[in-house]
Amino acid sequence: MSTLKILVIDDEPGIRSGISRILRNFRVDYPFMEEAFDFEVVEASTGEAGIENIEKDKPDILLLDNKLPGIQGIEVLEYVRKKQMNIIVVMITSYASLELAVKATSDGAYDFIPKPFTPQELKSSIENITKRVFLKKMTNKLQETGKQIRFQFLSVLSHELKAPLNSIEGYLQMIKERQAGPQLESYDYMVDRMLHRITGMRTLILDLLDLTKVESGKGKRDIKKIRLADVAHTAIDTMRPYSIQRDVRITLHGDENIYVMADSEELEIIFNNLISNAIKYNKDGGEVNCTLSDSGHCIEILVEDTGIGISTEDINRIFDDFVRIKNEKTKHITGSGLGLSIVKKLIDSYHGTIEVSSEPDQGSKFRVKLPIDAPCS
Amino acid sequence: MNTTKKTILLVDDDQDYLYQMKTRVESFGFQTMLAESQKEAEALIESTKPDLAILDLMMENEDSGFILCYKMKKKYPGVPIIIATGVAAETGISFDINDENNRKWIRADRFLEKGIRSEKLKEEIYKLLKINS
Repeated sequence: MSTLKILVIDDEPGIRSGISRILRNFRVDYPFMEEAFDFEVVEASTGEAGIENIEKDKPDILLLDNKLPGIQGIEVLEYVRKKQMNIIVVMITSYASLELAVKATSDGAYDFIPKPFTPQELKSSIENITKRVFLKKMTNKLQETGKQIRFQFLSVLSHELKAPLNSIEGYLQMIKERQAGPQLESYDYMVDRMLHRITGMRTLILDLLDLTKVESGKGKRDIKKIRLADVAHTAIDTMRPYSIQRDVRITLHGDENIYVMADSEELEIIFNNLISNAIKYNKDGGEVNCTLSDSGHCIEILVEDTGIGISTEDINRIFDDFVRIKNEKTKHITGSGLGLSIVKKLIDSYHGTIEVSSEPDQGSKFRVKLPIDAPCS
Repeated sequence: MNTTKKTILLVDDDQDYLYQMKTRVESFGFQTMLAESQKEAEALIESTKPDLAILDLMMENEDSGFILCYKMKKKYPGVPIIIATGVAAETGISFDINDENNRKWIRADRFLEKGIRSEKLKEEIYKLLKINS
């Protein structure tokens, strides 16, 4: 339960106590709101007393009569607006002063309640305002968390981009100082390591581009009916040189004639990541099995490998940004730590699911389900 | 300088940084022992006592360096510890080791930027090991 503070500024005691009474046990609750709201009413009989209270109590809502003994309601409104306070102002006016109500609205009043009003009229106005307060709170919260996540992402990203540069710079410095002596061959290791770090950095940049597409390119998404096997073949062909190098056999199983509504580039990103991981984290001479199936409302892509597997403690983290599982077995494998997080984001955007099960040293299974008629967001 | 070689423990999850540090530190005339993770380092110090340790801050955990530092100081209170980090430049977080409050819980003897020049690094190590250069 959240309580909104309402300040009533009106010189008529009857109106003030009436409003207090009507709102005392009033609650606003909608299914879409996380919590219900109730109200605490504070009263002031003059504009001056009202402003004092605004400064002290910071109300959420202000119910404001215009005709006051000292300064006028419209001046109180002006005060609130000038100070850029986060208060929703509702003018209480008589029908006769419609003109004033219009002016007040253009000055930043949110609503006006004509006098005399029924309890129901007051309640429905307060109900609307509450919805607005709630939405505003939600938006602020979302922007806040969004900002935080972005900041975190950028700071990790800068770390990930700087690490290879630092390493390359370090080696170049050693070479410049001829730290391994005059023999050129003595520097082979350093050169190999530099090339390795450059490859890693390139992967990271390519993954970042994918991620940008996923996060910003929603408008450009081109949803078409796609034959799943075509995309699978393309991905497998792309990975062929790598799989030959690792002596890993890739086989495609299942129905060649399954169709899905999706963006082909996005599907390719999903396949590429899953299949390249299945090769990367495999054993030399291992296998990758990719199986396509169709259950009526959704299609399923299963990618199984015979690789090093993932421990139970690591399995929950693998879809997060920049997570790379570091251990003796993964030490020499490059990756940006973004691949699976991109895959997860894409699948979420299709309202699909991805599940993983794994047995260390036996292999991992990634099971993707996508609805056939992509109900895209 | 002392004739018996002092041993310096280097811990960093970037194998290249580790290799480069090893080369530098060995060129100063020290022995090194290496670990690529907090976990590996913890296992290593179970059996061996280094004369000084240089730890990376962010490894498996973002505060791995602090955890290791705590464990090291508990086991070997007299062994000086340097935490080498690039954190300050990246996130704006910086730890002032001379601040009394930080000193109480971090317990590292020095914080050094990762890009530190060799002579400066050597100087810091010498100071902590109380060697006259």
